Amino acid sequence: MSARLPTGGRLLDRSQPLDFTFDGKRLHGYAGDTLASALLGQGQMLLGRSFKYHQPRGLVASGAEEPNALVGLGEGAFFEPNQRATAAELHAGLTATSQNHWPSLEHDVGAVNSALTRFLPAGFYYKTFLWPRSFWKHVYEPFIRQSAGLGKPPQEADGSTYEHFHVHVDLVIVGGGISGLAAALTAGREGREVLLIEQTAHWGGRAVVDAPQIDGQSAEDWVKSALQELETMANVRMRTRTMASGLYDHGYLMAYERVSDHAPATPGPRHRLWRIRAEETRLATGALERPLSFAGNDVPGVMLASAVRDYLVNWAISPGDRTVVVTNNDDAYRTALALYRAGLAVPVIVDARPQVTGALPQAARDAGIRVEPGRAIVKVDGKKRVTGVEIGLQLGEGGAMEHIACDAVAMSGGWSPAVHLWSHCGGKLTWDEAQALFRPDASRPPRGDKGQPIASVTGTANGHLGTAAALADAGLELDVSEPAEEPMAPVWIMPQGAGPALKRKMFLDYQNDVKVSDVELAAREGYESVEHAKRYTTLGMATDQGKLSNINGLAVLSGALNAAIPATGTTTFRPPYTPISMGSIAGAARGPLFQPVRRTPIHGWHEANGATWEPVGQWRRPYAYLKGAEDRHTAVTREVQAVRNSVGLLDASTLGKIVVKGPDAGRFLDMIYTGRPSSIAVGKCRYGLICNENGFLVDDGVVARLAEDTWLCHTTTGGAEHIHAHMEDWLQCEWWDWQVYTANVTEEWAQVAVAGPKARAVLESLGGMDVSKAALPFMTWAEGELGGLPARVFRISFSGELSYEIAVPADRGMELWEALLQAGAAHGVTPYGTEAMHVLRAEKGFIMIGEETDGTIIPQDLNLGWAIAKKKEDYLGKRAQERPHMADPKRWKLVGLEADGGAVLPEGAYIMAPGENANGQRHTQGRVTSTYYSPTFGRGIAMALLIHGPDRMGEMVEVTDGQGGAITARVCDPVLYDREGERLDG
Amino acid sequence: MAETSIYRVPTGMVLLRGEFGAVGEAAAHVAGLDVPEQRRITGGPERALAWMSPDELMLFCAPGAATGLAQALEEKLTGVHHLALDVSAMRVRFRVTGPFVREVLAKLSPADVSPAALPEGEVRRSRLGQVPAAFWASGTDSFDVVCFRSVSDYLEELLAHSAAAGPVGFF
Repeated sequence: MSARLPTGGRLLDRSQPLDFTFDGKRLHGYAGDTLASALLGQGQMLLGRSFKYHQPRGLVASGAEEPNALVGLGEGAFFEPNQRATAAELHAGLTATSQNHWPSLEHDVGAVNSALTRFLPAGFYYKTFLWPRSFWKHVYEPFIRQSAGLGKPPQEADGSTYEHFHVHVDLVIVGGGISGLAAALTAGREGREVLLIEQTAHWGGRAVVDAPQIDGQSAEDWVKSALQELETMANVRMRTRTMASGLYDHGYLMAYERVSDHAPATPGPRHRLWRIRAEETRLATGALERPLSFAGNDVPGVMLASAVRDYLVNWAISPGDRTVVVTNNDDAYRTALALYRAGLAVPVIVDARPQVTGALPQAARDAGIRVEPGRAIVKVDGKKRVTGVEIGLQLGEGGAMEHIACDAVAMSGGWSPAVHLWSHCGGKLTWDEAQALFRPDASRPPRGDKGQPIASVTGTANGHLGTAAALADAGLELDVSEPAEEPMAPVWIMPQGAGPALKRKMFLDYQNDVKVSDVELAAREGYESVEHAKRYTTLGMATDQGKLSNINGLAVLSGALNAAIPATGTTTFRPPYTPISMGSIAGAARGPLFQPVRRTPIHGWHEANGATWEPVGQWRRPYAYLKGAEDRHTAVTREVQAVRNSVGLLDASTLGKIVVKGPDAGRFLDMIYTGRPSSIAVGKCRYGLICNENGFLVDDGVVARLAEDTWLCHTTTGGAEHIHAHMEDWLQCEWWDWQVYTANVTEEWAQVAVAGPKARAVLESLGGMDVSKAALPFMTWAEGELGGLPARVFRISFSGELSYEIAVPADRGMELWEALLQAGAAHGVTPYGTEAMHVLRAEKGFIMIGEETDGTIIPQDLNLGWAIAKKKEDYLGKRAQERPHMADPKRWKLVGLEADGGAVLPEGAYIMAPGENANGQRHTQGRVTSTYYSPTFGRGIAMALLIHGPDRMGEMVEVTDGQGGAITARVCDPVLYDREGERLDG
Repeated sequence: MAETSIYRVPTGMVLLRGEFGAVGEAAAHVAGLDVPEQRRITGGPERALAWMSPDELMLFCAPGAATGLAQALEEKLTGVHHLALDVSAMRVRFRVTGPFVREVLAKLSPADVSPAALPEGEVRRSRLGQVPAAFWASGTDSFDVVCFRSVSDYLEELLAHSAAAGPVGFF
């Protein structure tokens, strides 16, 4: 059983005991503990269940690479699943819960016994569940959904806050071990702007545990003096608890700072997402120790040798009274010696190498520790806890020669540089045969926009496993005293001749339950590409991202394929390095700040007066104003009738307004529009259509000529920005020598439509401008003072009624609205929303961009040939509209539809044609584009596109009713209201 | 963090587009300010001339002064191809003041707002949160921020949120 030793622990503050709970059990630790070390200190070795088989799992590692110890942290609004116990700093009152088991961690009914695992082999998704077909939905999927997944999602909205932070520096150094510190010292002394980040709460990395002598001091003292020097440098900034999660194009580095996870009561954001744009990213990310693949290497109590050392040195944790060390290298002997020095028993060091002659093994022998070269662990005994190991020959097939009782196993299969960030953005790796590791290939780095390297690697991450070499790589040549190490021997399967029974118990990927036998099976079944084998077996997927499993897995695959390891290659490392919180990604963008809402100057009034909203782009426009107990339909009916019978007000401020000015502005607009705006007289307005270069109708609106060289182009609400961009695109890229300037002044003006037979009376009572038919006829505009406000008054109509649109500077929009309400009170002036506007225009047969058009419609489809200047030599879309398909008389064309019995046709309904196509679907000959209940006519009205439509007036057609049946409708003129235009001209 | 104040500064604004070679002199004369170099802003809190793009300047002036200044530019530039407009109502100008004002902005904008990259006299057109914005140092611990009117409520709340979350301790 693991336990806390009475003395030691370099990170512990024993004067500050802390209480916490694990699965409701009250436990104790100290300030400086991680949750992992505190649990071990309390003898809690079993921490979770595996993903697929629900096997009991304990801690394997001590840091970010931990695959098993994923727990839920916090409660209620502060609950977060899948947190690594090794990365969670202990704080008073911490609440942790284990995951992936039912009903309890100790007794999990979902645990798959060894007999059943044979039915869940690699690729079991693809094989088992194919047949019979109905079983997927009713048997397999519910089973997988029940058993898959790790933590449970939180049930409450997140109670914490988050933020982003953008920084630009010359150099960002990732990793606060001695290599990172040395690199920061080197760059800092050169005066570069440096940001140094470290994922844990502590500086110094492994060196402070492994304790080489650096520059005549202990590693601990050297780190302290390095930090002291760095703190004096104004150009060097340092952050702990900040993990670089991903390196992206152009050297954009994302880092995840856990600001207050260790101190939850602290005000401010819990996590901060750093978005770092650096000239150079230097990776001093160190290396990760590899497990060894022997049977039972997943039994709780089997840990990485370095992790055993970390727990012992940093947190005074004994993994058990008797720890067997198993290794293929000298480094693991440090663990044996550390255990020995702490007074713990190391019954044997099992070394797979036939000869063991290094300084560290010698030190172990001198300490009286038994060293067994050429040996292997054949099998670990124990289920929820290691009880012993069987020892045999590494070169053998698994025959046990000796049983050794023990409580823990410390394993080391060598080290792999943490190359994840290097690889995220395309950096390539090279295989280092001598050390059996992939390290970054400096000649093939991730590159930036000019082909320059955007990342470099230094220290251990660069394959320099020795302290002196790592420091030298980071730019500091220092005297280092540490034992020399003999070469390691690659060992991918232990023992090398193990048969299937053992291989089925050798875990490569603990988190995803992938075993040596699974990878070999994948190879046998033809998954020769490492990427295919990964997906077939789930090796290295999900949060692990191959930290522990990658090299062992591909080495086993290479062995099965009889190929060299570099020929097999690695799988792709993907961001994030370890998972980051969803909250940090959202940052401030939640609640009211989730997305900006564009507000017109009159928005507040709408809000206060019953507006029910319609989103239009990022604007919110009133769909209708609900009075009292009205529903939407009733309100729309009332609003339409008010406009038809008296007068209504529409907030049209959102309409796009683009000023176009210059000697070539007329010529330019003649190209942008299908008509000829250049021929509009000053003071007049004209309706215009804008097509894209493929001929499709993209926007429409009224163009007013403000002056000899100046036009004002109204666009749709959603079209303002992209029509302005469209104009600038053509001006800057194609007609760069034309003298034209444009400005999008949409937001400069508040605009209100005053529509209805009493519109003129309302404006006259405001006073200040002559708005009579003689002075301001239909399709003209004038500038002046209306009711004391500087105004442009446009005599235009989208309702079919006598109508004025009045524009005033936006900051006076509310004044205008109030003045119009007051002036119109005598006439029962009625604010109306977008739905009434839609109904009014549909009654009048006016088309609407986005209703009658969908990106495939040309003006000719909508019988808008009158708005095209046919004699014009060119306009955008002209030639496209002459293509055979565009000129085809069989294109569906605009008509009106009157349904039998006055019904309202369904939106988007098809007009059916006789017969069926090859798929058994009914032929179609048209579709409904707009459909409303018309209060004016007391029945449903609709606009539709229909083949040969205008030639088929009066014909009866069948329209789908959305329920498998049909509604009969008569083809009619889309213009139903005031065909002669007397009212809008009035 | 109560130290950060955010308030709206009533301002007149005149947009001027033209080739600087042709319109620069008139702009300088009418504004009474030097024509700014690329990404720069000249003048002070009362009146400033900002570089907006290779052919666009923005003149910030006292509220109510923009109409007259736009007309003066029109007259001065008779016969010269240009576009001068009073756009005072189109945007809102905030003044954000506090000891960590640069961090308030750095939480929201991808632009480099460090004192080295954005000293007084530089103006940056970028984004804050999800909306376009321009900003420049308007004094020690003080930035002026300009955004479109329709999203000014959003930006005001966003700036307040960013300030309330406290300093990062970076700049």
